[in-house]
Amino acid sequence: MLSLDRVSKIYPNRVRALDGVTLDVAPGEILVIVGGSGCGKSTLLRAVSGLDAPSHGRVLLDGATVTAPHEKIGIVFQEPRLLPWLSVADNVGFGLAHLPAAQRRERVARALDRVGLVDKANVWPRELSGGQAQRVAIARALVPRPEVLLLDEPFSALDAFTRADLQDHVLDLWAELRPTLIVVTHDVDEAVVLADRILVMRPRPGRVFAEIETDLPRPRDRQSAPFDVVKRRVLAALDRSLDKAASVDERETKASAGASLWW
Amino acid sequence: MSVVPILIAAETSTPSAASGRPALRRVLRATLGLILPVGLALIWEFAVRLGWSDGRLVPPPSVIFSTFTELARSGELQRHAAATVARVGAGFALGVVAGTLAGAVTGYSRFASRLIDPSLQALRAIPSIAWVPLFILWLGIFEASKITLIAVGVFFPVYLGVMGAIRSVDRKLVEVGRAFRLSDAAMVRRILLPAVLPAYVIALRSGLGLGWMFVVAAEFMGASEGLGFLLVDGQQLGKPAQIVAAIVAFAIIGKVTDWLLVLGFAPFLRWEDRFSARGENR
Repeated sequence: MLSLDRVSKIYPNRVRALDGVTLDVAPGEILVIVGGSGCGKSTLLRAVSGLDAPSHGRVLLDGATVTAPHEKIGIVFQEPRLLPWLSVADNVGFGLAHLPAAQRRERVARALDRVGLVDKANVWPRELSGGQAQRVAIARALVPRPEVLLLDEPFSALDAFTRADLQDHVLDLWAELRPTLIVVTHDVDEAVVLADRILVMRPRPGRVFAEIETDLPRPRDRQSAPFDVVKRRVLAALDRSLDKAASVDERETKASAGASLWW
Repeated sequence: MSVVPILIAAETSTPSAASGRPALRRVLRATLGLILPVGLALIWEFAVRLGWSDGRLVPPPSVIFSTFTELARSGELQRHAAATVARVGAGFALGVVAGTLAGAVTGYSRFASRLIDPSLQALRAIPSIAWVPLFILWLGIFEASKITLIAVGVFFPVYLGVMGAIRSVDRKLVEVGRAFRLSDAAMVRRILLPAVLPAYVIALRSGLGLGWMFVVAAEFMGASEGLGFLLVDGQQLGKPAQIVAAIVAFAIIGKVTDWLLVLGFAPFLRWEDRFSARGENR
């Protein structure tokens, strides 16, 4: 069980990126966070990952406070961030240095098989396409078998086809190991495809604005009517979140006109 | 109907032509750069042979070659070359160790950088040859002062290269290391070291180049052996062929050591996405 207890983050330039976010995420749940730019969604993810410490409040995993990167929490960044001097297989096995070589090889081979890149095991990362590289990054984060996997806009740099393909990949991998997934995205379709629960955040200061349970069966049909209903609810919540932010901050009134076009 | 067989014939005939032509073209391209030096050498050789010049101050290639082989046959060349290589080796080793340590410390720690870097930059602004009189006073005219001068020459490019390389390591890759909870030692070994290696090799190569430059200066300041001594000796005794032979020896040994350096690191740098590496293994 992952919990956030009144987590706030104030940057040195006094921007309140997060303001008292309290949240429980059940084991195996897929939580997707959406919101306009500057709403603190990436800040939230980094606080959970332990890479940045919150200014106030605590992140708890199974009752213990997370203060630094945790072995049960994995992260996939917006860019693949593969180490260019390691082969694809060695990149995937990067977090398994403590295991004996044979065991490591076996886990890496299985992970590469699951993301469909067995034939790329011995190539350099520079020889991969963007989608392949991000699949390697997901495999690297998953082989240590984390209880919580964080994905920070993982597919935003990819084209629409590759993105849909990778969303399916992630769901397959999730179905196998059932880690808790927390995904930050600015793609509403992606949110509805992946999420059990969608969190809409609003900026200045970063707060949770709305929670939407998707309650759709898997696998999800992107063209179906129920899918569309959930999508509309998310879009409506996003619109309102930005309107409200604008009324809080007078200078932003002009932006609210264009707010419905933000994505 | 009649076009098809011709097309097939054309296609089957191209591979053999294509495999022969690039090889030939590569040889031609490589020899292109030789035309100018070889041509000039031949012209000068003939000019001396035909009596247009006596070739006393500018000896023709054949005289240089015979001087070179004579020096090599008598063992003189090897003795002098060995002395020079030993000096460069010792000075290079010292300079690399000092430059790497100082560069690593100042690259890693802002505090150390503020403390040390200004002084080192000030010292760098001094033309290194200006140290020669002081080094001789402090260390005598024998090996110690020569090796120190070479080490000073090697130190600065290595120091600057290492400092810059460490500072420019991608923060995002360091964060990957943090996310996988690497210890400080593991972070250095698994992230920082491989990341700085390409820049480090370049720093070592420019350091080695300066080492070869400074060994000449060092040997000018009074040596009884070494390729630099051959240069001075050739000047004082009016033997231009010996001077050119020593210069040729410098060029060969300098190139070979640089090549060995590159070759030694090549296995660790195969991953590099370099312009020149494109097309390999494909």
